[in-house]
Parts: sequence; C-alpha cells; structure tokens
Amino acid sequence: MIAAHLPALQIVLPLAAAPLCLLLRRGTLAWALALAASWAALVCAALLLRQVLISGPISYELGSWAAPWGIEYRVDAVNGFVLLIVAAVGAVILPYARTSVAHELPEEQHATFYTAFLLCLTGLLGVTITGDAFNLFVFLEISSLSSYVLIALGRDRRALTAAFQYLVMGTIGATFIVIGVGLLYMATGTLNMMDLAERLPPLAGNRTVLVAFAFLTVGTGLKLALFPLHFWLPNAYAYAPSVVTGFLAATATKVSVYVLLRFFFTVFGVGYSFEVLSVGKLLIPLAAIAILVCSTVAIFQNDVKRMLAYSSIAQIGYMIMGIGFATTTGLTAGILHLFNHAMMKGGLFLALGCVFLRVGSVRLEALHGLGKRMPLTMFSFVLGGLSLVGVPLTVGFISKWYLVQAALERDDWILAVVVLVGSLLALVYVWRVVEAAYFKPAPEGAAKVEEAPLSMLIPTWVLIGASIYFGIDTSLTVGVARQAAAQLIGGAS
Amino acid sequence: MEVFGLYNYWIVIVLMMTGFYVVISRGNLIKKIVGLNIFQTSMFILYISMGKVRGGTAPIIVEGLACPEGAVCYSNPLPHVLILTAIVVGVATTALGLALIVRIKEAYGTVEEDEIQSQEVET
Amino acid sequence: MSPPDAILLSLAIPLAGAALIALAHRRPNLREAVTLVTSGLMFLTVASLVPEVMAGGRPEATLIEMLPGLPLRFEVEPLGMMFGLLASGLWIVTSVYSIGYMRANDEAHQTRYYVCFAVALASTIGVAFAGNMMTLFVFYEALTLSTYPLVAHKGTDEAMRGGRTYLGLLLFTSIGLQLLGILWTWRIAGTLDFTVGGILAGKASGPVVGILLLLYVYGIGKAALMPFHRWLPAAMVAPTPVSALLHAVAVVKVGVFTVMKVVVYIFGIDLLAATGHGVWLTYIAAATLLSASLVALTQDNLKARLAYSTISQLAYVVLGAALANPWGVIGGSMHIAMHAMGKITLFFCAGAIYTATHKTEVSQMTGLGRIMPFTFGAFLIGSLSIIGLPPLGGAWGKWYLMLGAAEGEQLIMIAVLMISSLLNVAYLIPIVARGFFLPSPEPQPASAGAAAAPRGGIREAPMFCVVPLCLTALGCLALFFFADPIYRLLEPIAAP
Repeated sequence: MIAAHLPALQIVLPLAAAPLCLLLRRGTLAWALALAASWAALVCAALLLRQVLISGPISYELGSWAAPWGIEYRVDAVNGFVLLIVAAVGAVILPYARTSVAHELPEEQHATFYTAFLLCLTGLLGVTITGDAFNLFVFLEISSLSSYVLIALGRDRRALTAAFQYLVMGTIGATFIVIGVGLLYMATGTLNMMDLAERLPPLAGNRTVLVAFAFLTVGTGLKLALFPLHFWLPNAYAYAPSVVTGFLAATATKVSVYVLLRFFFTVFGVGYSFEVLSVGKLLIPLAAIAILVCSTVAIFQNDVKRMLAYSSIAQIGYMIMGIGFATTTGLTAGILHLFNHAMMKGGLFLALGCVFLRVGSVRLEALHGLGKRMPLTMFSFVLGGLSLVGVPLTVGFISKWYLVQAALERDDWILAVVVLVGSLLALVYVWRVVEAAYFKPAPEGAAKVEEAPLSMLIPTWVLIGASIYFGIDTSLTVGVARQAAAQLIGGAS
Repeated sequence: MEVFGLYNYWIVIVLMMTGFYVVISRGNLIKKIVGLNIFQTSMFILYISMGKVRGGTAPIIVEGLACPEGAVCYSNPLPHVLILTAIVVGVATTALGLALIVRIKEAYGTVEEDEIQSQEVET
Repeated sequence: MSPPDAILLSLAIPLAGAALIALAHRRPNLREAVTLVTSGLMFLTVASLVPEVMAGGRPEATLIEMLPGLPLRFEVEPLGMMFGLLASGLWIVTSVYSIGYMRANDEAHQTRYYVCFAVALASTIGVAFAGNMMTLFVFYEALTLSTYPLVAHKGTDEAMRGGRTYLGLLLFTSIGLQLLGILWTWRIAGTLDFTVGGILAGKASGPVVGILLLLYVYGIGKAALMPFHRWLPAAMVAPTPVSALLHAVAVVKVGVFTVMKVVVYIFGIDLLAATGHGVWLTYIAAATLLSASLVALTQDNLKARLAYSTISQLAYVVLGAALANPWGVIGGSMHIAMHAMGKITLFFCAGAIYTATHKTEVSQMTGLGRIMPFTFGAFLIGSLSIIGLPPLGGAWGKWYLMLGAAEGEQLIMIAVLMISSLLNVAYLIPIVARGFFLPSPEPQPASAGAAAAPRGGIREAPMFCVVPLCLTALGCLALFFFADPIYRLLEPIAAP
C-alpha cells in the first residue's frame, strides 16, 4: 500500500515537515524533524530506484487524476538516480548542519533555516520526479525561492547582494522556462512530458516549437550556470552559509542539468535536439570554454570557497560536454559526473565548513599550517581535491575516463585534450590549498585550533569516502548511468 | 492584417523587452524588481492569450447552454489556471526581492548598485 | 601461502605497516622497528613468489572490477618479479640507512616520512605486479602522490619549489599524455591486459603506432627522457635516503620498467621492429643519454651530478627497449637491476658524507677519502659498476645492450654506449680520486664536522649509514657473479 504511493511520499514528507519546522520554533526540535524528513526522503528515493531498476519506469498519477490531464510523477533510471543523489546529499548534510548552523546563524533564525532547507529539498526532488512540464516550473521556483533565502542568511553582508543577484537571474531563467513550456502547450495542447514526446516529432518544422526550444535551453542554462550564464554562481556560493553552499553545490546545479537532459532527450527527442538543431555544436564549445576559463579563474582566487565555486562551473562544463556528445558513452560520462561531482564537491565544501567553524575564515592565508592542526579535515580536503583532479581510484577519474573515451569515439582530439588540460588546471588550484595547509607554518601567535567536531567530520567523510569508494567499485554508478543513458538515447521510453 | 490580428502577442513581446531592458540597465534595485515584474507580466499575458477562444465564454457550466455542433464555446481554462500559479510565484518572488532590498538598505545604506559596489571595493 | 595471496599480501603489508607507523608516532623506537619488520616481511612475501615464476608460472590475483572489462588485476611475470624483488630488498637496506640518516640529521616530521615511504613501496610493488595497464597507471599515480611529501619534506621555499616541479611535471606527463595513450589503446585494442606479444599487433599500424609510442614514452615522465627530466634534479631537495631509494630505484625504475612493459606487452617488440618506430626512439634515448652525461660533468653538487647520471642511465633502459630485439630487452631489463644497486650505493655515500661532514659539493670533498675510507671505497665500487667494468654487475647490462645494438645493426648505438662509458668515468672517478689522493685542506673553522675531526683520523658516518652502503657495494659485486639466475628469469619475456 505504502509502496504504491512512494512517489507522492517522496515529495509530501519534506513538504509537510517544512511548515512544522517553522511552528516548532525551537532550533533543535526543528533540526530533528528536518533530519527525520530528509532520511525518510532518502529511504523513499532508494526504494524507488530499486524498484525502477528491477521492474522498469514507475508512473504515478497524483490525486488519481489520469494523465495527461492530471499531474503525473514518473520515475525512470535517469531521475531515479538524480532523486537518490539529492536525497542522499540532503540526508548526509543535515546531521552536519546542526553544529554549523548553530555557529553561523543567530538562534532565532534556526527554525526558519530548516524550513527553507526542507522547502529547497522538496523543490529539488519535485523538479526531478515530476512528469509534467508546468509542475516542473512550480517546483523549480519552490527550490529557487528557498535557496535565495538560504543564501541571504550568510553572515557577510555581501550574501544579500549575492542573493539578490541570484534572484534576478534565477527569475529570468525560470520565466524563460515557463515561456518555453507555454509555447510548447500552444503547439501541442499538452503539458505531460510523455505526451509532448509523442506529439512533437510531427511538428519538427514548427517555428513555435523552435522558439520554445530556445527559451527552454537558455532558461535552464541560466539555472545550471552554463558558461557564460554563470555570473550569479561564484558570489552566491562564496557568501552563503557553509551548509547551504555544500548542499546547493551538490544538488541544485545537478537538478538543473537533469532538467536539460529531460527536455533535450525525452521531450524534444535526441533526433530533434541534436540532429535537426544540432544543439551539440552550441553546447560543446561552451563546455570546453567553461572548463578552460573557469578552471583558470579558479587558480587566481584567494578565497577557497570562491575557488571551488569557479571549479564547479568548470565541472558543470564536463557534464554539459558529455551531454553535448549525445552518444551513449558521452551521456554515461555526463550522468556519472553528475553523481561524482555531487559527492566530491559536497565533501569539499563541507570540509571548508569545518575550517570556517574553527578558524573563522576560508581565505588561503587562514589555512596555513592547518594540515597539522586539523588533520582529518584537511586530509578529507586533499582527497576531495585529488578527485577533482581526476587521480585514479577517485570518482573524478572514472568520469574523465568515460568523457575522454566519448571524445575519442568522435575522433575529437582537441576535446580529449581539453578535458585532460582541465584536470591539470584543477591540480594547480587544489595544490595551492595543499601547500598552504601542509607546508606553510601556522602564523605566529595564531589561536589554538582544534579538530572539527565529529558531528561535522562524519558527514564530510561520508561524502569524501563515497567519492573514493565509487572510484574503486563503480558497478553501481556506471551500471545505473549506462542504463539511464541508454534509456535517454533510446527515446521516450 | 494577420500581423496586427496577433496584437496581444506583440504586446507580450514589447512588455518582455521593456522589462528585460529595465532589469539590465537600471542600477536601482527597486527598479530592477519593477522591471522583473513587467517581464513576468508579459508571460502572464502570453498564457492568457493562448487560452482565449474567439467567441468562447468563460468556462463555467451553465444549465441550458448548448454548443452548436462543431463549435467551441468555452475558452480553454487550463492556461488560466496555470497562470494563477505563476502569478502567485511572481508575487512571492517580488516579496522576497523587496525583503532583500530592505536588508541591503540596512547593511549598505543605499539601494543603488554602483554605490554598493564602490563600498565593496573600498573594504 | 598460495601465490595469489602472496601477491595481495605484498601490497597489504606495507600499507598495514604505514598505518602502524602512523599509530606509533609518539615512540620513535617502536616506529622504526615497525618499519624494519614491515620491510623484512614484505621482502619474504615477494621472494616466496620466485620459485613459481622461475618454473614458468604466472600467478595472478584480481582485486576488484573497477570499470567494466578493466579490473584491478595483478599478474607476476619475470620482469615484474625481478623489479619487485629489487625494490623490496633494497627497502630493507634503505630503512636501516634512513634510521641513521634521519636521526643523525635530526629531521622533522619523521612519522610522515616513514608513512609515505611505506605507501610509496606499496605503490611500487603494485606497479611491478600490475596485470594490466590500468592497474599500472593507478599505482603509478599513487607513487607520484605518495612521494611528493617526501620531496617537499623540508618545507623550505626551495623544497616547495622542487616539490612543485616534481608533482607538476610527473602529473602533467601522466595525465596529459600517458592517460591519453592508455585511452587510445583501450579504444583500439579493447583490452589493456599485458599480453605476451603485445595487444596492438594487428590492430594498429603506421603513424598510429608512432604517435602512441610518443604518448607513452613521454607520458611516462618517470623515465626522465629529455625534455621531461627536470623533475629528477628538482627532487634532489629531498633527504638523501629518499633520493637513494626513490630516485635511484623505485620512482625512476618504475618509469623505465613501465616503458619496458609497454614496449614488450602492449606494443610487442615484433610490431615495433616491423614498423621501424623503434629507431627514432633509440635516437631520442641516445640524445638523452649523452647530453645528460655531459650535464653531469658540469655539476658541482654531488646529488645533482648523480641525478643527471641517473637520467643518462635511465636512457640506457629506454634504449634497450627501443632496440626491439631480445638482447636489447634483456640488456635493458638487467640494467634496471644493475644500475639500481650501483646508484643506491652512490646515493648512500652522498648521504653519509653529508651526515658526517655536512658537505654537499664535489669541490669540498678533497681529502675526505682518508677520513671516510669505507664510504669512499663503496663509492668507488658503485662508480665502477655504473661505468660497467667487470667484475661488477653493471658490466652485464651494458654487455647485453651492446649485443642488442649489434643485432639491430645499429653501430652508432654501440659507439654511443662506448662514449657514454667514458663520460661516466669522467664524472664519477674524479670524485673518488679527489677524496683519496688530493691532500685535505686546512680544517675550516666554519665547518663544524671537519674541525672536530682529528687530522688523519677516521671519522665515518653513524653505523646505521655505513653498513647499508657497504652491503649494497658488495651487492654490486655479487650481481656480477650471480647474473645467470637473473638472465634465466628474464629469458622468457624476450623469446616468448
């Protein structure tokens, strides 16, 4: 009975818990409730993915209104995997949040924080699970609005301007998406993605569809910080509270990438997107530029959080490049990197959060000598950094292996080299941190610094550990990613 | 004539570009929010236009109203419902944006983008 | 202990050792004891595989399927057997030496040092026993990363710069070139398993083979082919035991060992000989060989001179591989072992001299031979082995290389080998001569070590330093007389 309603529970649980958090008022209680809700969401996501892998896509009609009139939730290998990523990151980060939030936010904001956090989680899960184009926009706005709030909670006053900038850009992006969806409705008379996928192919030459495609691409591009639409991201990540940065970096952009995948491959179909319009010719150069330019910019950042933010844009480039290839291997690489990057970047930002808790700054100078004073935190950072570089036995290597393989399949040498050069650039910026932490002496008269508390170290290490484990045993991730890629390439099924 | 017959779409485009221009060109944060609202309004009109059926009435079931064969007498209610949701979202966005502006004003003492930037450069 | 277990154990022992060393960080004596026990156990485990391999067996073990069709797999074949034995055996000696050196020089961060050392050795064994190119690459990178803290050990600006060059060049070549080569090979051949006769034979031809070979030989930066050799002199900022084991044995030998493996088991010597791409590689190797020797002549810093000498000697091995005939391959492989024994002796001596007198420049070493007779005696033996004079092990490597050059009708290469031997004489022997025959200058008040030494008296480095270097010097001698087992071990790889 409950199993049949898993898709609804996936969304309803965190959504219902969110206002309750606000009513509880007490920070600790709100945290406990949020924790319970996020773990429940993780269980749902895991069960759903299992079910999908065993018996194929699940379709769920919300409120028993039959699709295509009612809203349909649809889970297949692709979004089942993304659901799991989002829910897992949420569930891992919440235990961490308690200490970090208590340290960075005033007491009276705690309940609000957890409310916004759960809403953001709901929104992201909703975007992923829904099979209805307009419903997608609604969830996207739920997650966006709550993430503006979360970012604005940062202690630095620049968090406010960063949130405002993100709000303007995000709203433009969302409006573009909704215009695109509206135009699709005009052309086809339906909002259900499966229906759209059936009705669009005969309309290949239709100009309304073409315009809709353009609006959707640009709108999603804004949301996922596709180069050159990424200007909101570095500030937003740099000034948000540590927990928020970790959570958003690991999930928000990933979900947007998923939206792009869904529209290109399921709704419009691979034939229309990549053969008729050859959007790959647009995406691949942008991705390559993102990898090279943003990695280079990251090298020159002295604020480590900002450095990682630029690195995120570059890493999104890897995903987009894989998608742009529109081959099974390329898509596998893109989807794999979706997961892999969530693990390593989430872990890295959490490690920085530990540093911020103890040292009060994440500028490069503040990290001097930390290798000795916070050994576990800094070692997790090193491992995450190596994964970013793509050293073997880390997840980064696996992603790059498939991505270069995909480039070689097209005999595209330049792109293969671009990917590898990106790795080397990552080495440079990661190593600046390593040198500061391990080989520079701590400043004279620096206050004594303790290791971060276990409640923060364990979540950090869970993510970093995952980014090592899935670099060695890839059967789960590669298996799912391949199945998802095959499904997307195969068409609407 | 067809070009003018689609005048509501022309309005959509004009509003969209106006709003977009305001968002980009104005340094005043309040004006940016106003621009954003105009921009969103264009999208509302787009949805409302597409639901309208010429000659159709409001989609309310009324006793005794029978449609002649092959004719449509209701406007499509779906886009109108959708746009209600979008309007709510728009309101929420505006409210949040304004709240942020209040906080920015408290923190920086100004709502002009260039002044905020110059303050940042100084620090 | 079954062979597959022995393979995995020889990897697990140093790793477990590393963990124990880290745990024992408060008690130096216990920590060093753990290091010694670990190295001893590891050597025994590796040695237990010898009978099986000598009998023609190829024990293998699979750890985990990393990517579909690409497991982390180990397979011990003769070349890897020899290399594994060499590295684990010399680790014991180096551990003893490290204890003497690190304590006498009162170095900081000793626990980090021993931990990284153990991890580096585990990586080396991983490379030696790797059953496919993927596994080899994994451990190749692990070796780079685990040795970086050893190179940058001192934490001074100079050490940091050295470390940066080290890491930068090695990772640049491996990720930028070698990984590309591996991926391309995987795409062409559909497998990366080391196979007798090569996996590219019949699947690649003409220019593709040439480009792949370029990607590999330059991608394996650890082989230090010019112009990617800069990391080796840069790494000399490390404490001397590191230079000795890692930059005369483990790291650089992993480089040439990988080249050898790639040539023999990925390309196959027949393919290389048939396409003629070996020929230009011999020229690259010869150029590196001669120019590095010439540079060595100009170096006054003893360790820098030895580093350039190493670059030149590594090129011998690459040359052997490039000749692409059985004699060349055997000669190159033997040279791995022979040079390792000789060069580690020389580095040990350099460290002993530094420990006893704090002298690093050749020009300062006048007359030291009479103060440190054992050290300089060992230095002489090591030098002669490097030069290739009988009755020392180095002679065999050069002998087979010459045979290989003759077989390949590359008479120029014979000339190159001869000239290079003369150059070896020119940069190594003067050090010994200066030590023994020139009169020692008046003790300088600034140099504490020399001032404290009574004139004419013997004042060696600590026992922990001197005994290992005498042992390796004797090893050079022994290798001359016991070259036959090595030859028999290596024979199957050249004549499948």
